[in-house]
Amino acid sequence: MNGRRLTVRTPEGIVFSWPLAGPVSRMLALLIDFACIAAGFAILQQVIRLFQVVSADWAAGIAIILYFVLQIGYGIALEWLWRGQTIGKRVLRIRVIDGEGLRLTPGQVILRNLLRPVDILPIFYAVGGFACAFTKHGQRLGDLAANTVVIRHQQATTPELSEVLRLRYNSLRQWPHLCARLRQRSTPEEAGTALEAILRREEIEPAPRVELFDTLARHFQGKVEFPYEAVDGLSSEQYVRDVVQVLFETTPSRARSNG
Amino acid sequence: MIIDIERFFAQNRPHWQELEKLLDRIEAGGRPSYSDARRLHYLYERTSADLARLSTFAAESEAGAYLSGLVGRAYAEIYETRRRKARFSPRRWFFYEFPRTFRKHIGAFTLAVALTIAGSGFGAFALAIDADAKQVLMPFPGLEGDPGERVRKEEAGPNQNLRGHRSTFSAELMTHNMRVSFFTLALGITWGVGSVLMLFYNGVILGAVAFDYVRAGYTTFLLGWLMPHGVIEIPAILVAGQASFVLAGALLGRGDRRPRRERLRDATPAVVTLAGGTAVMLVWAGIVESFISQYHRPVLPYEAKIAFGVVELILLAAFLGFSGRKDEA
Repeated sequence: MNGRRLTVRTPEGIVFSWPLAGPVSRMLALLIDFACIAAGFAILQQVIRLFQVVSADWAAGIAIILYFVLQIGYGIALEWLWRGQTIGKRVLRIRVIDGEGLRLTPGQVILRNLLRPVDILPIFYAVGGFACAFTKHGQRLGDLAANTVVIRHQQATTPELSEVLRLRYNSLRQWPHLCARLRQRSTPEEAGTALEAILRREEIEPAPRVELFDTLARHFQGKVEFPYEAVDGLSSEQYVRDVVQVLFETTPSRARSNG
Repeated sequence: MIIDIERFFAQNRPHWQELEKLLDRIEAGGRPSYSDARRLHYLYERTSADLARLSTFAAESEAGAYLSGLVGRAYAEIYETRRRKARFSPRRWFFYEFPRTFRKHIGAFTLAVALTIAGSGFGAFALAIDADAKQVLMPFPGLEGDPGERVRKEEAGPNQNLRGHRSTFSAELMTHNMRVSFFTLALGITWGVGSVLMLFYNGVILGAVAFDYVRAGYTTFLLGWLMPHGVIEIPAILVAGQASFVLAGALLGRGDRRPRRERLRDATPAVVTLAGGTAVMLVWAGIVESFISQYHRPVLPYEAKIAFGVVELILLAAFLGFSGRKDEA
């Protein structure tokens, strides 16, 4: 996965960023879009057949024009209606956005699609692919001209933490001084990694899951050693969960004393 | 380093969800009311602050990505300063915006014209000094033969090949010409180098064909044949060339100290408008070429065809030169 991001600094001084879409997902989206255009045209052709009763010449003429309009208009119409997405981009969860993080204008959508013929050159989007690989924000020439970038979609649901953190009993709490030491010695990155692991544990296959939590548990045990009674019978995963709770949640007494 | 993340989430989640709902509504095209707009701004600032707090202690958490996405969406709505048109009006666009844009960038158009004329001159000159140049310059079956033969064939009667295929032919011409024009436009991204070559090459073919027929003494036929559609088709491709030079100009940015992205942002509406104008002109030219240009002397006298072309040219010039001049700044 490429880790390139589009970072925007707002006038309030807040920095936010979008992860950029990689060439592979963009290519797959493109293939899906080609298939959609072909399918759409096949359906239209059936409709055009009806015209043949009136005039074969008109039917053929209409078919040529519709194919052209579909080819050029597909990307423009969908990207405008769906705010930067086509069917292929929806499937792959990527989206075209303005290069400054602002709203996409119709002009930008049209321009980036009009420049497609140059990006396709000489075959298989070679020019566009090269441009993607060598520009800072992975833009093809059409993106450069229209000042757009293609991003990966972020998770759309609000995060749920409360379940992880609302545990019934945490044996580590019996040793407040060790908990304090653990908090003191852990960096934000370590805490974040452990939290991430706990939040996503259901998505991980059983074997790597055990391995991952063993590694994490060993890491935190190396920082602060809790007495045998505290960790007796705890699986690595439970141990990490307790650690996360200690790191992220102030104990009721602490919360009160902090006001 | 630690903030009480549970309390932080519990307290702020309702605001995030409210912002999410509000954004869904505004993005769907709803014009926000005054109170909605104020609310949006409040929620945006609040969520930004949450994001800032969160990023100070969590390196790259999902919650951070979620808030970042939310702030990004709200930012796009709040800081968009480009005017959004209430409703796109095709009539207004065609009669005001297109001719005005054309006049505003007349320099780019002149350049396209100059290149085409230079190309024609080269084509005619090449054919004049070297008869073999014909096959190289005009690799099209309809043009390779002797002009006299072609004229006799055309005048023998309406093109038999075309009978019953006029609409198809017209559609083919339109789409082919649009592809060529849009390609010329897109070549603007090569800093204009590709567009220069393309326009020059078009000129070479035009010049060579014209010279071939004029030398053989068929000037009237040539004018009658080319003018009805040519007086629209050729300017259409020149307008596409103009658009490509506007694009190239924004890329090069001579004498403009703003960053490239900003120059391109300003040039985008002009390029797109000119592309649209090209398309409209080519639709007209395609219809004329298929339904009028292919009829010759016995059916349609050349004088009528030439007169038709002249009228079209005058109308086009008047349209591009004067339409929408009223209240032009």
